[in-house]
Amino acid sequence: MIHARLRHHFSASRESAAFTLDVDFQTSAGITVLFGPSGAGKTLTLDSIAGFVRPREGSIRVGGAILFDAATGVNLSPQARQCGYVFQNYALFPHRTLRQNLEFAAERLPRLERHRRVNEMLERFRLQDVAGRKPQELSGGQRQRCSIARALLAAPRVVLLDEPARGLDAPLRLELYAVLRQVRAEFSVPMLLVTHDLDECFEMGEHMIVLESGKLVQAGSPRKVIDQPASLEVARLFGLYNLLPVEIRSLDPSRNSSVLRLGEHELTGSYFPGRFIGDQVTLFVRPEQLEALPRDGKPGPNQIPVTLERAAERAESVRLEFREGIVAAMTRSVWERSKHTREWVVEFPPVWIKVL
Amino acid sequence: MAIDWFPLWLSLRVAALATLLAVAFGVGLAYLLANKEFRGKELVDAAVTLPLVLPPTVLGYYLLVLLGRESFLGRGWEAVFGFPLVFTWQAAVVAALLHSAPLLVKSARASLESVDHTYERAARTLGAGEWKVFHSVTIPLAQRGIMAAAALAFARSLGDFGVTIMLAGNIPGRTQTVAVAIYDAVEAGNGAVARVLVIAISAIALAILWLANRVSPRQGLG
Repeated sequence: MIHARLRHHFSASRESAAFTLDVDFQTSAGITVLFGPSGAGKTLTLDSIAGFVRPREGSIRVGGAILFDAATGVNLSPQARQCGYVFQNYALFPHRTLRQNLEFAAERLPRLERHRRVNEMLERFRLQDVAGRKPQELSGGQRQRCSIARALLAAPRVVLLDEPARGLDAPLRLELYAVLRQVRAEFSVPMLLVTHDLDECFEMGEHMIVLESGKLVQAGSPRKVIDQPASLEVARLFGLYNLLPVEIRSLDPSRNSSVLRLGEHELTGSYFPGRFIGDQVTLFVRPEQLEALPRDGKPGPNQIPVTLERAAERAESVRLEFREGIVAAMTRSVWERSKHTREWVVEFPPVWIKVL
Repeated sequence: MAIDWFPLWLSLRVAALATLLAVAFGVGLAYLLANKEFRGKELVDAAVTLPLVLPPTVLGYYLLVLLGRESFLGRGWEAVFGFPLVFTWQAAVVAALLHSAPLLVKSARASLESVDHTYERAARTLGAGEWKVFHSVTIPLAQRGIMAAAALAFARSLGDFGVTIMLAGNIPGRTQTVAVAIYDAVEAGNGAVARVLVIAISAIALAILWLANRVSPRQGLG
């Protein structure tokens, strides 16, 4: 478990503008993803935990050990913190073979024990056959596994991963996820994974922390965070919502229902606690939560007639952009059947209707 | 015509020893300058660079004052070794060291600074102490650059004239290095000897610089 409370102001320098990091979070076992756009302070947070950056205020505790506490002046050196760090470029020592890279991390162990542990790691991460090679002679996946194995060999309290999937092509990315799942299953070490990929949060994270310009804006399980962003800013960060201005026309807690007015149309949703009739709110719903159908007669309940403006085909799905400012997604096979249709209806399933 | 090769051997020996000493002390200093922040760092850097810009006679004068028989250090040396330092071949080593160390520190610092700090950080997170980071990560990664710096320092030691003549003098067969011997030969109208020594020292210096270029880190290679 990690508990980090960090506050630090970075004054403007030649490389970067002034920046204030101010976060406070706790994580539990498993993988915690640290999500945010570039420049949100994700790497800075990792570097503070690892001891490369000294925050002005706050404290960092990992698994009961105090790594840093500004109030009492505790500030362990990176060597003493026992934080495994998987760098973006893996940082495997280029002048050492893969085996020597692993041995470097286990040098404090007695010789026989070290030998045993290194061999065990090589085997676990399927690296025995290339143990004598230098990092430059390895494939991307082998380098990735070596870097993770090396971090684990030093018996870390936590493993910090700085965007390990960045710049990887799809097969290598899936390989990485498989390795991380293996680590989660076989080692009881908490992992803090930095990413700006929403799918990665969903796929890997038990817990998700959203950072924006140095601030923590939301935390929770990835599903909860993505289904219920805490604010419009967070929703915009995720970048894939329909954000539509609506007015609450009626609320009925006993039947758990509500009626929203969008333009001249009415939509039925579930009850929104803490809202009042007449409130102007923002409805948000993800494109894939909407159902688009070719228009056929009069629109049914919770259906809005729309006109197709543009269809963007992607590898797995098609995004339909309608003139009314609504975006829906559908599978390619469904799209193939009605690709010449211009007049559509979009159906809003009541369970997906959320407001901010 | 009999050529006395002693000056050339002496120069090579002096330069080798001076280079060894320069590497032993200079690389550590270069590491501090490249990686640590401390008060007076700029001043230290300027002081290290100073011998590159001062006239050699000025350096020689400083050394005479600092290491002469009347000075504290000079008397210390005499007490330990039983003979005065000035006007010996050991003094020529000191002269060559002062002449070449700045170049070594400068270029070693540049190559240490070019080491990607991520490797050093990675080593620290794996529990390696600062000394281990230095000798098993930083130095191996900067190795080629440091070797090139040592070759440059060796070539420069070989060519010192001013500091050597001030501190070690011009005693044939004892402290007369090749640069001093060439000056001597020209003064004495002994053109043939001067020519041979000039060609020999030029060829050696050229070979060393060629070697330094060969070992210099190339683009894209650590």
